[in-house]
Amino acid sequence: MNAPTDFVPPKVNVEEKLFQDRYRVDVGRPHIKVIQASTCLNCDAKPCTVCCPAGCWRESDSGGIDLVVDGCLECGTCRLVCDKGNVDWNYPRGGFGILFKFG
Amino acid sequence: MEKFDVIVVGAGPSGNATAYTLAKAGLNVLQLERGESPGTKNVQGAILYANALEKIIPDFRDSAPLERHIAEQRMWLLDENQSCTGATYRDARFSQEPYNRYTIIRARFDRWFSEKVKSAGALVICETTVKELLKDKSGKVIGVRTEREQGDIYADCVVLADGANALLGERAGLRPQVKAEDMALAVKEVLFLPKETIEARFNLAGSQGVVIEIAGNITHGMVGTGFLYTNKDSLAVGIGCMLSDMKKQSLTPYQLLEAMKQHPSIKPLIEGAEMKEYAAHLIPEGGYKALPQLYGDGWLVVGDSAGFVNAVHREGSNLAMTSGRLAAETLIELHGQKKTFTAQYLAQYKQRLDDSFVMDDLKKYEGVPDLLSHNPQILGMYPSFVSDAAREMLTVDGRPKREKQKQILRQLTQRRSVLGLLGDAFKFWRAFR
Repeated sequence: MNAPTDFVPPKVNVEEKLFQDRYRVDVGRPHIKVIQASTCLNCDAKPCTVCCPAGCWRESDSGGIDLVVDGCLECGTCRLVCDKGNVDWNYPRGGFGILFKFG
Repeated sequence: MEKFDVIVVGAGPSGNATAYTLAKAGLNVLQLERGESPGTKNVQGAILYANALEKIIPDFRDSAPLERHIAEQRMWLLDENQSCTGATYRDARFSQEPYNRYTIIRARFDRWFSEKVKSAGALVICETTVKELLKDKSGKVIGVRTEREQGDIYADCVVLADGANALLGERAGLRPQVKAEDMALAVKEVLFLPKETIEARFNLAGSQGVVIEIAGNITHGMVGTGFLYTNKDSLAVGIGCMLSDMKKQSLTPYQLLEAMKQHPSIKPLIEGAEMKEYAAHLIPEGGYKALPQLYGDGWLVVGDSAGFVNAVHREGSNLAMTSGRLAAETLIELHGQKKTFTAQYLAQYKQRLDDSFVMDDLKKYEGVPDLLSHNPQILGMYPSFVSDAAREMLTVDGRPKREKQKQILRQLTQRRSVLGLLGDAFKFWRAFR
């Protein structure tokens, strides 16, 4: 959109931010999955890679999607921005996932 | 098998208000929460509105973990040229008890509220995610399916307090999926500073606190706002934009937040603070027009799950608690009359909402989401015009004020035609009247 021309987007390492957060990762049971990997390959926009506040969705070298949900903040954004309906989204099992200290 | 009068799914403000009110009236209530403890999955700015909670727990001030009472409100327009145009409302009466608004830390507040729910007699079970609603052949909701073994639990009514994503209602076919157009994504950080530093930087004494609501080009043309709230020994800094806008551009939410934190009007306020948590959450900001069906056979929906957020006034938790209370009062009355929880009778919940500020406020601003999404000049051009005009008039450079004023008006009509200006004024009036 109309960002000012002289605006330089700041470089942010989101992993550093997430490092401050508390999680109980449900190892081997990701609560979010890509339904069809090929659908992501054919998606040019990849809004998930921009909108995910935890940087869980990254474009892979082959032009598809690498999804790592360990840092997920469970907001639900990826499900709603995917125009292809290609996100299988569930809450983690009880007690797992993000554990906000302050919220 | 044990059957409950009511199952409440979720232990945020709406779920806790529901479960507390029901249990206090003697109903057999089960509340299910997926977090390790109530609050561990919840995110808010956060402002607590005393009025909504007083109607549920009149003496909440005696025991609730409150941070600061709001003594001052600032509205800031931050612009790309590093300026800040603002208005401040400070009122000594805001610092007279009983206070009207407080900052809170949700994880602590929700745990406190949940203890009240338990004391009132509800059974609260955490670490339990509800997978789906159970229905009978007629389509009436009769319980919930949890992920636990033999995890089906039955009740006469299920109250959906499952939050903004509202998955349960959607999966049961009770409502459509929430839309990106109706959702804002907010990210926030909790930044710790010594209490004295906060009080000096924000001109506060004792338990006084400040709310700063922020608009302007910090959202880079997207519909959205930022905020900075003072807690006792921490600051909450965040920014939220509509998902439908966010998906059309290239800045990540954490870049937006970082850029706002770097703004010269924010940076000195948070200087030296230690960031101890980064959080994100969706906020249903679609308003009145985006509301789903609110009740049906054997179910009611409350809080964020119902979309009860007044985006214009940044209110949500008060609508959540009030809707929870009204849902509970509906169920208590019907229970007392030995009536079944069918849609026909649960319609009284909608009636109670209609008679309250919840629906009145949502209706009042029903045109605002459309206005803002179709008129980017309102959050983009006008704030930057205001900033330019202020800079022109406040820069003393020997040029006559009359000339400066003419130049300002010329700049305005260059940016927007007279007809456009009149049209905006009319649209604005219509959306906010």
